[in-house]
Amino acid sequence: MNVIQKYEAAEIARLSAVRAVPEFAAGDTVRVSVKVVEGERSRVQAYEGVCIARSNRGLNSNFTVRKISYGEGVERVFPLYSPSIAAIEVVRRGDVRRAKLYYLRGRRGKSARIAEKARETPAAAE
Amino acid sequence: MRTGLIARKLGMTRLFKEDGTHVPVTVLHLDAVQVVDARTRERDGYTAVQLGATLAKVKTVTKPQRGHFARVKVEPRRRLAEFRVAADAVLEPGAIITAAHFVPGQKVDVTGTSKGKGFAGGMKRWNFAGLEASHGVSISHRSLGSTGNRQDPGKTFKNKKMAGHMGQDRITTLNLEVARVDVEQGLIMIHGAVPGAKGDFVLVRDAIKRARHPDAPYPAALAG
Repeated sequence: MNVIQKYEAAEIARLSAVRAVPEFAAGDTVRVSVKVVEGERSRVQAYEGVCIARSNRGLNSNFTVRKISYGEGVERVFPLYSPSIAAIEVVRRGDVRRAKLYYLRGRRGKSARIAEKARETPAAAE
Repeated sequence: MRTGLIARKLGMTRLFKEDGTHVPVTVLHLDAVQVVDARTRERDGYTAVQLGATLAKVKTVTKPQRGHFARVKVEPRRRLAEFRVAADAVLEPGAIITAAHFVPGQKVDVTGTSKGKGFAGGMKRWNFAGLEASHGVSISHRSLGSTGNRQDPGKTFKNKKMAGHMGQDRITTLNLEVARVDVEQGLIMIHGAVPGAKGDFVLVRDAIKRARHPDAPYPAALAG
């Protein structure tokens, strides 16, 4: 490993010790607790939606969460290891065949639903 | 005025801060940076230190260079560079400089050789707009356009921006911020990009357009 890879591995270890990263994939519904700073005080705001994409690039990994907010589609991209995320919680496991669910952007209502995974894999259950 | 340092650009990564923000950083490595020689006012007419970085194989060093290194009893280095310093900041040959020379938050100037782009057209080299994609433009979508006037003056003026060799120039980026320093591993992390390719040598010095940082060690952070 070169110096940068070592640094990134150490950073991932340090940051995931502070806040664990659960196993989740595209199609899963996740609740992301985001730290919001308002002037002096900071609070935690939940953002819940379907994870439609994950980009796995070590320390630079991120994931995209899509939800419908007041009738308008909203997508947020979160850095996976960011300290500004207080917690990531998997609410529901979706059964999808694609890694990127960009087709959901053109859909609304019934057709935008994702079936729940019938049985959790042992790795996902623990 | 303190000495600068020779560093190697390793690449870029990101740094997560405790307040939740993150900064893109360039990682610079201090690879065996040692003072090789000093220039004095009596002998040379000016004061400076000559630094060397990265150990070189003796067989790849020229004979005159070997003599130079032998005189000051320093192991041969791949890269040598001179930094002008104040008379009270001249360092002894053989002194090893550590990454603690720079402190987080201070501003530095980084000099490197930009990546070569080869023979580049006006759009890439000078940000020309090119010609239109349609409306009768034929074959010359990325051309320069006009290069001058008519019979008067009857010539293209010198220094007209045209296609030509781009890149591989000596570039100094001013006022970059030091984001983090790792003395043990000899790493300096600089906020933002630094000229040059990965593995290139770059020169880092205190920003000339700022006052020296109060915590920065004077004349230098020496090992031991």
